[in-house]
Amino acid sequence: MKNAKINVSKFNFYYGDSRVLKDITIDIPENRVTGIIGPSGCGKSTFLRSLNRMNDVILGSRAEGSVMLDGRDIYGRDVDVAGLRRKVGMVFQKSNPFPKSVFENVAYGLRIDGIKDKYFIEERVERSLRDAALWSEVKDRLRDNAFELSGGQQQRLCIARALAIEPEILLMDEPASALDPTATLKIEELIQELKKKYTIIIVTHNMQQAARVSDLTAFFMLGELVEYDITSIIFTKPSKKLTEDYITGRFG
Amino acid sequence: MERHFDQELGDLKKDLLKIAALAEEAIRRSVGALKNNDRLMAKHVIEEDARIDALELSIDEKCIDLIARHQPMARDLRFITSAMKINAELERIADLAVDISQRVFELADKPLLKPLEDIPKLTMVAQRMVRMAIDAFVKEDSVLALEVLKEDCEADALRNSIQDELVNDFMAKDGSAAPRAVPLLLIARHLERICDHATNIAEDVIYIIEAETVKHRRKVS
Repeated sequence: MKNAKINVSKFNFYYGDSRVLKDITIDIPENRVTGIIGPSGCGKSTFLRSLNRMNDVILGSRAEGSVMLDGRDIYGRDVDVAGLRRKVGMVFQKSNPFPKSVFENVAYGLRIDGIKDKYFIEERVERSLRDAALWSEVKDRLRDNAFELSGGQQQRLCIARALAIEPEILLMDEPASALDPTATLKIEELIQELKKKYTIIIVTHNMQQAARVSDLTAFFMLGELVEYDITSIIFTKPSKKLTEDYITGRFG
Repeated sequence: MERHFDQELGDLKKDLLKIAALAEEAIRRSVGALKNNDRLMAKHVIEEDARIDALELSIDEKCIDLIARHQPMARDLRFITSAMKINAELERIADLAVDISQRVFELADKPLLKPLEDIPKLTMVAQRMVRMAIDAFVKEDSVLALEVLKEDCEADALRNSIQDELVNDFMAKDGSAAPRAVPLLLIARHLERICDHATNIAEDVIYIIEAETVKHRRKVS
């Protein structure tokens, strides 16, 4: 694939003896939204978390194969995992702001990085909040506790927090599943804006959402990548019967 | 797994079969009226068209409703979007039966130019193509649908031959033959258009089953 940001090749992942990802080979293009769909337990979240090695913390887990990011294997020997996660940000299903002010939530990553320059931090916080389409709603509430924001705002705050450290890739694990339709729409609109600057990979249970927001869609089942294609092809004429049965709700 | 949605799709299919049966009946009656110079039958076809129009609207509404409520994907999506097109094709076929019936009145008081030969042949081709296209849809048979596409050439050839004969052998030689020749020309055109709509239905059937667009491809290659 041209413009591939990530090349995953023969990737296997184990929790103890259980092989939860089986020989996954997939190229993920830069500045595109790649959606990952599949029934519960198909390995889609494990796959997502493999891309910034979030699974490493699970005892007894093990990876095989390669995940090349810009041509370098993120599972290579001397990889700086903290540096990797700076490059590959993540947003979770449930928004998880820190018990701090709106401003400090976004500034958090910068402070951890040892940045002291007040103006630099202010400028970056504003830009991140703007990029997360939240600035106009919180610019007068920067000192408020983040928990005072609505659910949808909290989720966009978490996106702003991820953006503040200027990642190249954004992993989103069901980013809108806990939100109401209006907040969901805002997140989906935001994703379309963000893809201009970032490579986005989104796991979603909501097939219509995958159809709306992603450029490419991958269908996982029982730890295998069943089909991967341009989204409009997956949803109008999938080539595998398994994909067809899943997206038309015949099982799952 | 049988879904509730499957039952609704089944109902949609039944409605399409109903409009198909009405369209086929309209063709049968209109060509019968032509053959037997039966003005009462022709009038009947014209009056019955309102029923077909009403059914077309209700099928369209059903399709839109299914899309809105179920957000269909893959084959379901292809089925419903094609159902909307097939519905329109069938309604147009019924309109052409009305057009043929109107020609019956234009021809009624006039002696025939010559015994009808190619028009009955073209009539048979048109009825066969419509029947096959509907059968292909019912049985979800893309091989049968392909057969319909092949027949379309025969329909075009027959129409051209009818047109040549009427224009060159009659109208060019004797201008006063025009009032009798023109309705026949139009009838040949109506029948050929029916064949085109049957072809479109067959193409939609192939799209539903094979997820492949064959429309316009033959003309391009």
